[in-house]
Amino acid sequence: MSALLKVTDAHVAYGKVEAVRAVSLEVADNEIVTIIGANGAGKTTLLNAIMGILPLTGGVAFAGRDMLQLEIEDRVAAGLSLVPEHRELFGTMNVEDNLQLGAFRIAKAVAARSFERVYTLFPRLKERRKQLAGTLSGGEQQMLAMGRALMGAPKLLMLDEPSLGLAPIIVADIFRTIGELRAAGVSVLLVEQNAQAALKIADRAYVMELGEFILNGPAAEIATNQRVAASYLGFTHESESRI
Amino acid sequence: MNTTIMLFLVQDGITNGAIYALLGLALVLVFAVTRVILIPQGEFVTFGALTYATLSAGNMPGTAQLAVAMGVVAFGLDLFGGRRSLHLRLVARAFAINILLPVAIYALTYWFAGKNTPIAVNIALSLLIVAAIGLFLYRLVFQPLAHTSVLVLLIASVGAHLALQGLGLVFFGAEGQRGPTISDAAFMVGPLRFTGQSIAVYAITIAFIVGLWLFFGLTLYGKALRATAVNRLGARLVGIRTTLSGQIAFLLASVIGALSGILIVPITTLYYDTGFLIGLKGFIAAIIGGLVSYPLTAVAALVVGTVEAFSSFYASNFKEVIVFTLILPVLVLRSLAAPEVEEEKD
Repeated sequence: MSALLKVTDAHVAYGKVEAVRAVSLEVADNEIVTIIGANGAGKTTLLNAIMGILPLTGGVAFAGRDMLQLEIEDRVAAGLSLVPEHRELFGTMNVEDNLQLGAFRIAKAVAARSFERVYTLFPRLKERRKQLAGTLSGGEQQMLAMGRALMGAPKLLMLDEPSLGLAPIIVADIFRTIGELRAAGVSVLLVEQNAQAALKIADRAYVMELGEFILNGPAAEIATNQRVAASYLGFTHESESRI
Repeated sequence: MNTTIMLFLVQDGITNGAIYALLGLALVLVFAVTRVILIPQGEFVTFGALTYATLSAGNMPGTAQLAVAMGVVAFGLDLFGGRRSLHLRLVARAFAINILLPVAIYALTYWFAGKNTPIAVNIALSLLIVAAIGLFLYRLVFQPLAHTSVLVLLIASVGAHLALQGLGLVFFGAEGQRGPTISDAAFMVGPLRFTGQSIAVYAITIAFIVGLWLFFGLTLYGKALRATAVNRLGARLVGIRTTLSGQIAFLLASVIGALSGILIVPITTLYYDTGFLIGLKGFIAAIIGGLVSYPLTAVAALVVGTVEAFSSFYASNFKEVIVFTLILPVLVLRSLAAPEVEEEKD
């Protein structure tokens, strides 16, 4: 499999403080990859830098093209899409307008099909299509942010903490949808603190600590790794074996 | 005071207020989209009005040359900015917008100037010329500064205002000018005399507000502009270029400014520096609207126009003082309502 996204030896700094150090990562076509790690490990910083919101030194290639010199808008045009932690919706505009703007770069006929697809994935959005985005519940806002990103028919969707602050039942819903994206031909790079849920749907995982990747491998292996289990999954294998 | 005088003053106030409303709306739009407080708005008014007056007098306006000159510099900037990846397509596009467009406008103006052209053609030419200047003003001054703070943008805005005002003096001289009216018709309603010109002011103002409302509510580009104003990062993440939004905003602002100038130059004598004061009154309306609210700005503009009319009747020496004093209670109230002012991060 060829790498869709290839990040090599990436460094991201806020002034003199390096928040991400020497990170390399790959996402293949049709793959779901997750980056797990504690709060402040640099996960969000890394995603923002891949999108071009923060300056990055190192290499970022996407679909065989060098992204490093490109503006955010050009990376979007190349098929890279980010659902940021704060969602960045157009709060004073309704759901339908938010989705329509998600397809800003796409031909009208294609956008019509995108509407279908997003409304099928998130029937709730269809019910709320005339409601202002700012008045939606947290879960609906997350769905809208994902829907808006999908309207642009991206090749890779980067999700930053999609479960943050949401009720467990909604979280399950969102994760199920992320799993369904693969069938639609969208690769996913998922950043999550909810490691358990993320590892369940991901193919591969990277573990981030203090700005560096300390582990990577197939998600199933990472899930059974002792250190990961102790730090991120909330139990140790000793206690598990006692049960 | 009798009712007739009062009605006259209200009528006068609303006519001026309609113009201030247009200018105020343009200021709110530009600020929301680009964070620029558009002080050169007044120069758009002057340039529109005096270009129209010059054309009507059968002469060639200097603003047409300015548009070409600004286009050439913009072309250089575009080439320099894209030097790392100069495709033929990019160069062709930059050439078409920066060179062909202003040259075509110049050629059209040259072709029509001096002949007995109908008023509509002169209006269209004036709008085209000022629209091109507005577009290039964004490209030359504000696009390179798009990432800086509101304060830096404001300083650049003051600089652009001074430069354009100086150019206005070069192009149009220190003499005041008047332009021909759009219509000489007039009729009486009770004691009030409505001229064709004042009707044109109302009609065009209303048409523009409705047009803007439709543009922002229904079209994809209008929505993209609103999206940029609501959430700049969100807009970039769906692929809306900040520069595109900025260009559309400046294009609209310059057309609105020029149109306002063309509407008032038959009523008032305009000098090369008159636009600044007119723009400032639109600015007061925009400030009363908090630089965010379109309806509040429009209403405030009518109040500004009316207060101006009454104060010029009762205390004409203090006319400007009274009008600009309106801003003080608003600023005090606003500062009480929102004690913390944060410089946005972006």
